[in-house]
Amino acid sequence: MKIRFEPRQSESRTVVFLSPLVAVLFTGLFSMLIFAILGVDPITAVYTFFIGPVTSIAGWAELFVKATPLVLIGIGLSFGFRSNIWNIGAEGQLTIGALTGGGLALLFYNVDSVFLLPAMIIAGIFGGAIWAAIPAFLRVRFNTNEILTSLMLVYVAQLILSYLIQGPMRAPDGYNFPESRLFHDAALLPTLISETRLHAGWIAALFFAVIAWILWSRHIIGFQVKVAGDAPLAARFSGVREKNVTWLVLLISGGAAGLAGMIEVSGPIGQIVPIISPGYGFTAIIVAFLGRLHPIGIIFSGMLMALTYLGGDAAQIEMKLPNAVTGVFQGMLLFFLLATDFFVRYRIRFGALRETPDKESSKKGVVG
Amino acid sequence: MKQMKSLFNLSIAGFVILAMGFFGAVKADPLKVGFIYIGPTGDHGWTYEHDQGRIAIEKSLGSKVKTTYVEKVPESADAARVLTKLASSGHKLIFTTSFGYMNPTLKVAKKFPNVKFEHATGYKRSKNVSTYSGRFYEGRHVAGLIAGKMTKNNVIGYVASFPIPEVIRGINATIIAARSVNPNVKIKIIWVYTWFDPGKEADAAKALIDQGADIIMQHTDSPAPMQVAEKRGKLAFGQASDMKAFGPKAQLTAIIDNWGPYYVQRTKDVMNGTWKSKDTWTGLKTGMVTMAPYNKSIPADVVAIAEKARKGIIDGSVHPFTGPIKNQAGKIVVKAGERASDGMLLGMNFYVEGVDSKYPAK
Repeated sequence: MKIRFEPRQSESRTVVFLSPLVAVLFTGLFSMLIFAILGVDPITAVYTFFIGPVTSIAGWAELFVKATPLVLIGIGLSFGFRSNIWNIGAEGQLTIGALTGGGLALLFYNVDSVFLLPAMIIAGIFGGAIWAAIPAFLRVRFNTNEILTSLMLVYVAQLILSYLIQGPMRAPDGYNFPESRLFHDAALLPTLISETRLHAGWIAALFFAVIAWILWSRHIIGFQVKVAGDAPLAARFSGVREKNVTWLVLLISGGAAGLAGMIEVSGPIGQIVPIISPGYGFTAIIVAFLGRLHPIGIIFSGMLMALTYLGGDAAQIEMKLPNAVTGVFQGMLLFFLLATDFFVRYRIRFGALRETPDKESSKKGVVG
Repeated sequence: MKQMKSLFNLSIAGFVILAMGFFGAVKADPLKVGFIYIGPTGDHGWTYEHDQGRIAIEKSLGSKVKTTYVEKVPESADAARVLTKLASSGHKLIFTTSFGYMNPTLKVAKKFPNVKFEHATGYKRSKNVSTYSGRFYEGRHVAGLIAGKMTKNNVIGYVASFPIPEVIRGINATIIAARSVNPNVKIKIIWVYTWFDPGKEADAAKALIDQGADIIMQHTDSPAPMQVAEKRGKLAFGQASDMKAFGPKAQLTAIIDNWGPYYVQRTKDVMNGTWKSKDTWTGLKTGMVTMAPYNKSIPADVVAIAEKARKGIIDGSVHPFTGPIKNQAGKIVVKAGERASDGMLLGMNFYVEGVDSKYPAK
């Protein structure tokens, strides 16, 4: 018997938003299976991994700390992904944002001013945006593929960080180790809950989500970005300038990543170090898609992704499971998401191709 | 009546607490010892040896301890989270085994004054934070002598991680030793800017061999450079761990980090209440650094030179950084007959004469 995949005539909105939940459910079920194979009690394991980490205020605080950069960058990237502009270099923009924002803290070391932190925020956003402006310029001017240029600039950014941290930014009394001074109090983000690490950066992430939501649903900019992505020709006819959209989405995503970098160094890290991000810029791509490129969705997907890291810690500490478990979960999550996505857009048909009145559309189906 | 009842409850509660205290005294809970690792335990290098130290604690103290580790903890904001998690889940002694954990360790230690912390390779201490490290450069000295004698092309290829003093010290110790037995020898360095990335490490080793190196040294954690040397018929030195299994012909010897005795001692100190914050920096003498068995392919006279140096370091008659030592510009940094101070070694940020690479980022 032949199995065919036919594109669905229309995508149900409910199903589009339901599919991540289905993916999470499948991940849960299959992880229980894996736990069982590993010889640990699946229920305890799933509890330790997914629920244990958030049974205390401190746990939630850590979840938000981990989710902050993912949500910020994820929402920023969603602008580009909706308009078919593929910024893969958020990791580099984050790094530059951390350097410009954190650099200001070092430049004004021990200066107690209420203006320092706001200035660092602006510098962070600006740094990330500048780094994203390079692929934007190359794309608009020379039609260069922004996927390649933005990705390559990640490595350039990391080398700049490496240079600065071994030289000009190195702590003067630090035995030449590649680390900056610890920021003074005026350059540190305020803590939201005492005795935890939850910092004001989380508020920034939520605030950015609200702004993004307003832009998408109420503002002409959001509409133009969407049209440019969904129907480039229609966008051109209606006077949307592709170049402007390219600039706009790259500057927004770059600025958001830059802010995330500044928040990392001024929040939980408190200094400039050689490794600022363990790959947030890349993980945020998954987060953006898992959240359906929707600001509220991205908040939840960012938290879910953060939970897999916290769960990974807990699984290692409490159940003596290897670190690789975290990677397996993240991989499964992405796999099931892509799988459910596929079935949102296609349906399975058994048997030979039927003669249908609309011959053209059924021919488009993928024969498997 | 009501009062009587509450009094009764109170006395029961008191009794329970007393009983708990009694049984607690009879059967003490095992001491929980935690570890955070930069790499996976299966890196067969740095992290592997720290994990061997952890296993040594379990072997030596048995049911009196319970150990936990978290591997592949990035030196970013994540380190403090994992440390907090360990400290708040009853671990009373925590080893943080990479330099980048220094400030997170101090931050978390401040919040948990009753938990003892041990940070490897750092320089900041506090009331409940000790530091410890091995004088790995002593091993480099022995390896450098062998390298100087065994190289035919007079080029040693060095796969280096990050230009921090510890790594620079290793490079300098190697070249000083190698040139003492072979003045024509040069050292070429490739920085991979990672501690553990078998792909990058292997690529660097290949590039070095292509540039004429016939001896590979590494200051990264995976055995990938050793495997490349074995495959290409070159010689190499194991790093942190005995890597003979990955290069039976290639490995001349290995500089082994041996953490077990220190870890066991510090755990006992916590149990006995004698733990104090201090700095430990020892090498061949105490056995924190040891050399793997010499490969049979090394001629007896070379083994004799190496052994003489090793024993000399142990009895104090040999110091790997004995003047005259010149920097790359030819300026004398350690005068003839003098020895470099620990302070100079700890902050070392220059190459000595004979290093055929530019100092990174300066």
